[in-house]
Amino acid sequence: MGQHFAPTGTPKLARGVRLRHDEARGQWVLLAPERVLNPDPVAVEILRRVDGERSIAGIVDELAQAFTVERERVEADVDDFLKGLVDKGMVEVSG
Amino acid sequence: MNVATPSLADLAGQAKALVRPKPPAPYGMLAELTHRCPLQCPYCSNPVELDRRNVELDTATWLRVFEEAAKLGVLQVHLSGGEPTARRDLEAMIRHCVEVGLYTNLITAGVGVTAERLQSLADAGVDHVQLSFQGADAAMTAHVSNMKDAFERKLAVAREVRRLGLPLTVNAVVHRANIHQIPDFLELAQRLGARRIEIAHAQYYGWALRNRAALMPTREQVFKALEIVDEARVRLDGILTIDAVVPDYYAKYPKPCMNGWGRQSLNVTPSGKVLPCHAAETIPGLDFWNVAEHSLSEIWLDSPAFNAFRGTDWMPELCQSCERKEKDWGGCRCQAMAIAGDASATDPACHKSPLHAHLLALAEEDAAAGVDQYDYRRFTVPETSQ
Repeated sequence: MGQHFAPTGTPKLARGVRLRHDEARGQWVLLAPERVLNPDPVAVEILRRVDGERSIAGIVDELAQAFTVERERVEADVDDFLKGLVDKGMVEVSG
Repeated sequence: MNVATPSLADLAGQAKALVRPKPPAPYGMLAELTHRCPLQCPYCSNPVELDRRNVELDTATWLRVFEEAAKLGVLQVHLSGGEPTARRDLEAMIRHCVEVGLYTNLITAGVGVTAERLQSLADAGVDHVQLSFQGADAAMTAHVSNMKDAFERKLAVAREVRRLGLPLTVNAVVHRANIHQIPDFLELAQRLGARRIEIAHAQYYGWALRNRAALMPTREQVFKALEIVDEARVRLDGILTIDAVVPDYYAKYPKPCMNGWGRQSLNVTPSGKVLPCHAAETIPGLDFWNVAEHSLSEIWLDSPAFNAFRGTDWMPELCQSCERKEKDWGGCRCQAMAIAGDASATDPACHKSPLHAHLLALAEEDAAAGVDQYDYRRFTVPETSQ
């Protein structure tokens, strides 16, 4: 399957990383040390669910349902996306 | 009510303001909370004329400034100085920043900061800590900062920051005396658990300009340093992010200073003056507005200093006709002032500048001068008791 994380894993933003809506520019931003990232709409939907409570499987279920997309496809996308942020030290996955 | 007839000049100014496109909102704000600092680094980015404690903004004014910054669109605030922890109200400021949604970055020298203080800053909600190292060992740190046991204190602060789970950046300003320590700085950062390091070549304004003969590295040193950083970026990918502030005296193109004047960020001094960059006061004749008299938004949009070199209209022909004009933004205005004596000249760091060879000659002369005495950063007259 080539997944990096177990579906039971729980991702959360690392300390010093914050997601917020930027009212002045009408967009979501991910704030990190000396970095301002502009996540695309798909990334925002994932990030809004990265709260240290929901498991990866839970996030995938929600997204598959909300956007009526194939579950396997969402699973792979979420896994890839989280891997990228874990490599940058911006997300931690426990469990 | 005081009704004045506007002069023709006023009307012309207003008309110009009407056609000027509204600048985009700034992303970052450097808050220089105080110029007080226990260290005396000879390249300090503070002005040579330091603000004294009795002219520092009070807590309430800073809180208002942070609120105005958030409304204006600022996302990240860099709490700096001098040494920001010299302000006892720093926790209140951080709490307020968190409340209004600002990301807080504490920029500290890490001496005289106890574990208890760090705990209280973490509790207040600080997001990230940037810790300066003047050397990669005790002797170099003492030599550059002019403080004997600074290194040990910094190590202790770094350990505590990591114990608290806060992200840590190591900041190392490099120059002739310590440029060979870049590999050691990279080692040190990893050992301390930093995820990010800034290798910042000294920039020659204010104190550093005054100390240029003692700071300027040789061309060989600079190119070796660039090579080491390039190699380390590949080797440490995913482990340590390396951000570099480039040395421009030996460069072909100028640095895009501040990514353009009044384009992305602003700087508030301890006494409340708002500057487009920390060295802007070295340019004579600019009118810097103060947060005591104007809102941050008014200053960003309308102050003469911010509009002086905004965009590309101010540029000389040499820059106007250059394909890099919206990449380099004309380089650095303060450097043009310092070297060309004209803030609207092409930055002499650019190879197209008629003063480029002159700048290179200055660097080579200073690098070979063999001066090793620093004029350490300090208040010019002993501070009176308050």
